[in-house]
Amino acid sequence: MKQTVSILVENHAGVLSRVSGLFSRRGFNIDSLAVGVTDDSSVSRITIVVDGDDYMLEQVEKQLNKLIDVIKLRTLPQDEIISRELMLIKVTAKSDARGDIMDIAKIMGAKISDITTSTMTVEIADTAERLQTMLDLLAPYGVKEVVRTGTIALQRGGESITVQK
Amino acid sequence: MITVAQAVVRCLEAEGVSVIFGYPGAAICPVYDALSVSSIHHVLVREEQNAAHAASGFARISGKPGVCIATSGPGALNLITGIATAYADSIPMVIITGQVSTELLGRDVFQEADITGAAEPFVKHSYLVKEPERIAGVMKEAFYIASTGRPGPVLIDIPVDVQRVKIEFDYSFDVSVRGYKPTLAGHQGQVKRMLAALKAAQKPLICAGGGIFSCHAQKELRGFAEYCKIPVVTTMMGLGAIETEHPLNFGMLGMHGQRTANMAVHEADLLILIGARVGDRAVTTPGVLEKRTKIVHIDVDPAEIGKNVDVQIPIVGDAKVILTQLMEKAEPMDHVNWLNELDKYKKPAVYQQTPDKINPKEFIHTLSERAEADTVFVADVGQNQIWSAANCVLRNGRFLTSGGMGTMGYSVPAAVGAKLASPHQPVIVTCGDGSFQMEMMELATICQEKLDIKIVVMKNNRLGMVRELQKNDYAGNYTAVFLDGGPDFGKLAAAYGIPSLSISRPQEVDGALERLLSQTGPFLLECMVDPEESSL
Repeated sequence: MKQTVSILVENHAGVLSRVSGLFSRRGFNIDSLAVGVTDDSSVSRITIVVDGDDYMLEQVEKQLNKLIDVIKLRTLPQDEIISRELMLIKVTAKSDARGDIMDIAKIMGAKISDITTSTMTVEIADTAERLQTMLDLLAPYGVKEVVRTGTIALQRGGESITVQK
Repeated sequence: MITVAQAVVRCLEAEGVSVIFGYPGAAICPVYDALSVSSIHHVLVREEQNAAHAASGFARISGKPGVCIATSGPGALNLITGIATAYADSIPMVIITGQVSTELLGRDVFQEADITGAAEPFVKHSYLVKEPERIAGVMKEAFYIASTGRPGPVLIDIPVDVQRVKIEFDYSFDVSVRGYKPTLAGHQGQVKRMLAALKAAQKPLICAGGGIFSCHAQKELRGFAEYCKIPVVTTMMGLGAIETEHPLNFGMLGMHGQRTANMAVHEADLLILIGARVGDRAVTTPGVLEKRTKIVHIDVDPAEIGKNVDVQIPIVGDAKVILTQLMEKAEPMDHVNWLNELDKYKKPAVYQQTPDKINPKEFIHTLSERAEADTVFVADVGQNQIWSAANCVLRNGRFLTSGGMGTMGYSVPAAVGAKLASPHQPVIVTCGDGSFQMEMMELATICQEKLDIKIVVMKNNRLGMVRELQKNDYAGNYTAVFLDGGPDFGKLAAAYGIPSLSISRPQEVDGALERLLSQTGPFLLECMVDPEESSL
């Protein structure tokens, strides 16, 4: 079962290696990991998608909480999250394929970010599932390169995870 | 304005540190320079790992974080086994290491090692201090983090150029770490649930672990057990939490534990774990236990609750506080039938006699009975550890050993720390000839510090524990367990000016113990034991 864990951490060197080291050491499987600074420059937010059962998730939460650099964390309820991932796909696109690829991009809410005589680079920000659909749709044209940021997520509604000042 | 190195020493003084253990080197020289004019006593060990073990022994007896110090690269790396040993047993420690200059970091220069990275899995927290003005904050946080919650080692790595920078020094501030707020008091609702479960139980049992010592809750544990007449078993780390011969003490549980204790665990209908993490050597089949018995788990580290065994009633907090909370609400009980049942399993130890061979178990038993009541016993790792743990009679002394990590070479350096923490308490080391050869360079430290430490080397010319494993599980294919090249320990001791005695026959035990216990100053007793002797 996939779970999304949001972690607020101190924004300084070495924190990411502590978090990722803990996952490898304890045998927790990370599907994706994304990190960036928050509105408070002393705090970074890490979003981790883990794959495991309830026991593992409980251990993930408890072990992460033991890290001094972890200020707060929450597992976001799977049915209440807004999740997004950014993907760039460079696809083979001779002139005869361009129209089709642009149609797909339009339907999927993606953007053409770059174009050459033989390739197009498509940019899409959506859920992990939708990104997979996009990849499947573009596969027949010949995917040359793919890069993804990993999922970031917020909980729907008014609730938020914040650091007390 | 003072240098960062001087600030480090000022912080140590402000934290009440009186003794530190270490080994100097180029990258830590500024701190050593500052230390030379401090009242803090520096103990020069003979290998860095032993500085960490000594700090750990000091911490376990003083109840305050032990401090050790080493230089960059190999000095720091040699500490790691000692740090990991302390981490596994939740011992508070502050480790200070020198590092190469900031501008050289990451260039693989002479004696550079990424020690914060290398030690990461074995520390509660660590710092690489690149900003000189952060030093006081880091030091204060380190002591706070090491000694509160679930105690553990905290590492501070300081580049040598940073050590030389002059700063304004101020230590009069409060420490607050926003990501670290350990829970002390138990949740009242859970405390109530536990008391209800206790009331309903016919056969309650307390299992006390090393956490009892972390929060100095021996008195509270005993008080609660006596008030509610609950039998107690301990883990190896919990040995001595209640006196060996207390009527409610039913021994050490686990793979190497006593039958009485394991029967008690097997029969109990309510198991109250206090500061015990249900390690695999203590509870070999947690899956079976959790189905049979209702389990209450009291631990300051929430991550330990539910990690190894399913728990019905978790109580997060400091054992001392929670035991006090329990005492306030508990009603006196008597579990007469249950205690009678357990008493039947309790049998006085019978030691098998082989003509002309010293039984090491009986030897330990006699030694501990004849030693002062407040003796600190420090056992190493191997068969000697199991012999000691199972047969040491503890009154108001302590039993120190590397429980979680099982680090050979722990006992002598840990004894050095223990003795310096409490000079008036007798300290007796029990080790094997394998483990002793990993730590015998520390005889020099004992001499240099003029420490009254008694060392018993139980010698069988074998790595007995591994040999036993090979005997039982590898069809007697003995390999790499013969220690025949070992030195004459008596001559070795003499080389350090330490008196010694070697015995091999049962009738010599009496006189040898007399000598060992009456001798002032260090003493080494070599006790020849049968290589065929088993752990249990």
